[in-house]
This record gives sequence, C-alpha cells and structure tokens, in this order.
Amino acid sequence: MTRIIVVTSGKGGVGKTTTSAAVAMGLAQRGHRTVVIDFDVGLRNIDLIMGCERRVVYDFINVINGEANINQAMIRDKRCNDLYILPTSQTKDKEALTRKGVGKVLDELSESFDYIVCDSPAGIEHGAKMAMYFADDAIVVTNPEVSSVRDSDRMLGILASKSRRAENNQEPIKEYLLLTRYCPQRVKQGEMLHVDDVQEILSLHLLGVIPESRSVLSASNAGKPVILDEKSDAGDAYADVVERYLGQELPHRFLEVQRKGLLGRLFGG
Amino acid sequence: MSVNLSEESAQVSAFELKGSTFTLPLLKLLVPDMELVSGQLAHRVEQAPDFFRNTPVIIDLQSLASGDTGVDFPLLVGLLRGYGMIPIGVRGGNRSQNDAAHAMELAILADGRPPKSERSSSSKTTERSSRPETTQETVVVSATAPAAGTEAGSRMITRPVRSGQRVYAPVGDLVILSQVSSGAEVLAAGNIHVYGALRGRALAGVKGNRECRIFCQDLQAELVSVAGNYRISEHIEDSKRGKPVQIYLKDDALIIDEL
Ligand SMILES: Nc1ncnc2c1ncn2[C@@H]1O[C@H](COP(=O)(O)OP(=O)(O)OP(=O)(O)O)[C@@H](O)[C@H]1O
Ligand SMILES: [Mg+2]
Repeated sequence: MTRIIVVTSGKGGVGKTTTSAAVAMGLAQRGHRTVVIDFDVGLRNIDLIMGCERRVVYDFINVINGEANINQAMIRDKRCNDLYILPTSQTKDKEALTRKGVGKVLDELSESFDYIVCDSPAGIEHGAKMAMYFADDAIVVTNPEVSSVRDSDRMLGILASKSRRAENNQEPIKEYLLLTRYCPQRVKQGEMLHVDDVQEILSLHLLGVIPESRSVLSASNAGKPVILDEKSDAGDAYADVVERYLGQELPHRFLEVQRKGLLGRLFGG
Repeated sequence: MSVNLSEESAQVSAFELKGSTFTLPLLKLLVPDMELVSGQLAHRVEQAPDFFRNTPVIIDLQSLASGDTGVDFPLLVGLLRGYGMIPIGVRGGNRSQNDAAHAMELAILADGRPPKSERSSSSKTTERSSRPETTQETVVVSATAPAAGTEAGSRMITRPVRSGQRVYAPVGDLVILSQVSSGAEVLAAGNIHVYGALRGRALAGVKGNRECRIFCQDLQAELVSVAGNYRISEHIEDSKRGKPVQIYLKDDALIIDEL
C-alpha cells in the first residue's frame, strides 16, 4: 500500500522543503519508489533543492488542469532511479489545486509508487489544506522555540479533523514530530527549548532531531538533498529519520554540544 | 461536513428553509475588561436567574469597535455559558474582533450599516462571501458517540486536545485521557477529568451546576472555571502547579485542592 506523507508546519521557514527533499531521497535510496510533490504553488523550490529546476517542462497544476499527463510532468532524479519530482508552478494561482484534482493525481500516483511525499506550504492556507487532506502520515516540522511549538500544536489539531481519514472515520493520520535546526549550544544557554520540553508539550512520537548545520545551505545551493552529503551531521540525522520512519529503533544523536578545539578533537568522542 | 445535494435523493423534502425574525437580548459590551464584566454579570444573574437560563444572546461590540481593543472571546463565551446563556453571535465589531469571534464559532451578524473599512461600496457580493482567511481556526471536535462505559451524553476523548480545538460536552461529564494543550478549551455541563497535563482552559458546570468539579493530573491551566466562577493562570498558586488537583466551588470561592 502506498503511504502519502505530508511534511507540514505551522510556522514558515522551519525546514519543510529541506526535509521533504531529504526524506524522499532517503526512501528512494533504500529502494522504495518515491515521488515528492511540491504543494507550495507560487514559491516553487523543491526542484531547486533537488537540482532539477532546469528540467521542468510541465508541473503539478498542468496535470490537474489536464494540460499534461503525469509522466510528462514528473522528473526522474539523475542520482537515484527510484525518485521522481513533481514540481509546482511559479506563476499559477494556488486555487488551481482543487481537492478533486489533487485526489485524482494522488490516486494515479498510488498505482505505481510506494511513498508520496508532499511538501506543504506553512500554516493552513489553501495549498496546505490540500496537502494534508489526503495524508496517511504527517511529519510536523518544528523548531525548538515556543512560537513554533505552539503553531505545531495547532497544526496537529487541524490535522486531526480536516483530513480524508477524519471525514471517513478511518484510523487517524499518523503524526510524527521532527525537530529541526536544533542547536545544543543555544539550548544549553537557555535560548532554545530542549528536545524533552518540546516533546512534553506536544506529546508526539519523535522522529528525529536535525542539528542546525551550515551543510544544509551549501547542499541546497548545490541542488543536492543534504542526506546525500556524507560528511554532514544534518545529513546523518536525516538518514536516521528515514530509518526510524521505516521502523528501525535508533538512538537520537546530535543532542549534545560538540566539543570544539584541538583538545576536543584529539580526545573527543 | 459538506453534503453533496445533487447526489441526494430528491423525492421527499426533508426540510424547508425560511427566513424569520426573532427578538434576542443584546449584551452590549462597554469595556473589554472581563473581570469587570464577570462581576457585574454575576450580580445581574443573581437577580433574575431564570431570565438568563438557556437564553441566546448577541454580543454587541459597537462601543469597542474603534481602535484595536481586543476582546477575549473564549473567556467571554465561557462566562456567558457559565451563567446559562447561549452566545450565538456578535455584531458591530471591527475586523480583528470579528476574526476572533469567528474563531470561537460565533456568527458575525450584519448590523444594518456597511462596515467602515476595507471594503469598497461597489462590491455588493463581498458582504457574505468574504470571510477573512483567519490564521486561527477553531476546530470543534466532532461529537463522538458515547464510548463504552460512558453514560449517554458523557464524552471520552482519547487523543490530545490541541491548541485551537474546543471540546464541549453539553450534557454530562467530559473525560480526557490525554493532555489539553495551551490554547485549547474543554467545556462540560458536568465534571471534567483530565488524565494528562491540563495546559489550556477547562470550564465545568457551564450550565450553572455549582456541584461540578474539575479533576486533573497535572495542573498548568490557563483558566479553570466552575459554573462561571473562574480563575486565570495568574491567580493559581504556584504550589498547586504541576500537581494532581481537584477544583470545586465552596460558597462562592473556587477551591483548588491537591489530590
Ligand atoms: N538543519 C538546518 N540547519 C541550517 N539551516 C537550515 C536547516 N534546515 C533548514 N535550514 C534553512 O532554513 C531555511 C528554510 O528552510 P526550508 O526552505 O526547508 O523551510 P520551509 O519550511 O520549507 O520554508 P517555507 O515555509 O518557506 O516553505 C533555508 O534557508 C534552509 O537552508
Ligand atoms: Mg518550503
């Protein structure tokens, strides 16, 4: 059975697109046929992070409007055969995402894919509602700060009631917490919430903690999901996330302050 | 839930839609201070309790509409309900007040004159259709059938009640096996039991039953109320925070006792 995963958040700029790209690539690398769909109409960017922006001919909206078929619009990743990208339009109106149209595209993709990753815009505007409506699983991306945690809580409430599963009285959407841009140093100084506090407030299954890392920006500038960067702690953390999502139990890493300096590097573990 | 009318069988008409006028009491707010409102309301209700019981009321915001006076609708609605009234809508508010009222599921009633700002007089159709896209969205958890082991009317909720959600048990008790997040609201005509942390608002005895109690495992509430007698977070002693407690009325005082 295909799983439709929505990557969502209450606040913007918390790392949804970064996460969608990494998780989709991670699933595909492990042999699962995966497609990642950009629901952020008007702010096309998953294709940039995936490094395929110059190969876009048709987009998600074209498919919904019947101007192209799915196979014309999907772009196959050059690094991984099992990964496809369905980009969105920069120019069209987000109202073009109709529930019927989106449902039809997802149904068609469900015939050939194991995982459909939906990169949602922030909040609860139209595109976000469309992305969450059909979801089986939700990854709620949260930064370790009070406002982001609050907004995530609100998103979780909406996820619980505004979905196909809720309307059909099916088992509710499976919700996962992903804490990103975590900076142990700043947690220690009391400038950021500790992972335990976030988890206590949201009482949600913790899928992973992604450290704040410069490698995220350089990876996205290079058009490469950070999970492909073997030297990146954020990349490693995303690899763990994918394994945990697939059912492995792994301890959480990158929660402590890294020791810096020569002595730290010589003796540090 | 939306009903697809075209697919409904169209043989027997199940209802008629008709226009009708009612005269409803208007609560004209003159100050945004809910402490003050609460105190004076208590006095009024005392004088004529039957007049207020199960009475629908409209909240008039006209006096507060200029400037950016915020109205604490969750608190106000809780108060009114606590005194047995049924707040159904607002009129005369400004945009942000209307948004806040809408978030509490109050109807926004037109008051005869066009809203002052943000709308061109040429577009007649906007009046009804342009409900502003609020970032706040109140979700009322749909009425679940009573779970096994609960009396008819009582409700049992097994998942967290999240910020923006409101759960209301119009008759009987409300049992919540998980947490109530900050920004969430739980209301019951009867008792309220929360087996996780209570971080939001809990209003028991909203129809005026003074015998009702609130029980919770971990008190971190923003507001607790029994039959309209409420206490806000600021007035909850630190010594009771994070503790399992019961909350009840004794004479007119709200008592918080450790369990
Ligand atoms: N772990 C991280 N470490 C450092 N920077 C990060 C990390 N995750 C994301 N960022 C940066 O934060 C910014 C926002 O990330 P991203 O675009 O993934 O967020 P988003 O939630 O999709 O935003 P939007 O709500 O605008 O769609 C980007 O500049 C990205 O490089
Ligand atoms: Mg994004």
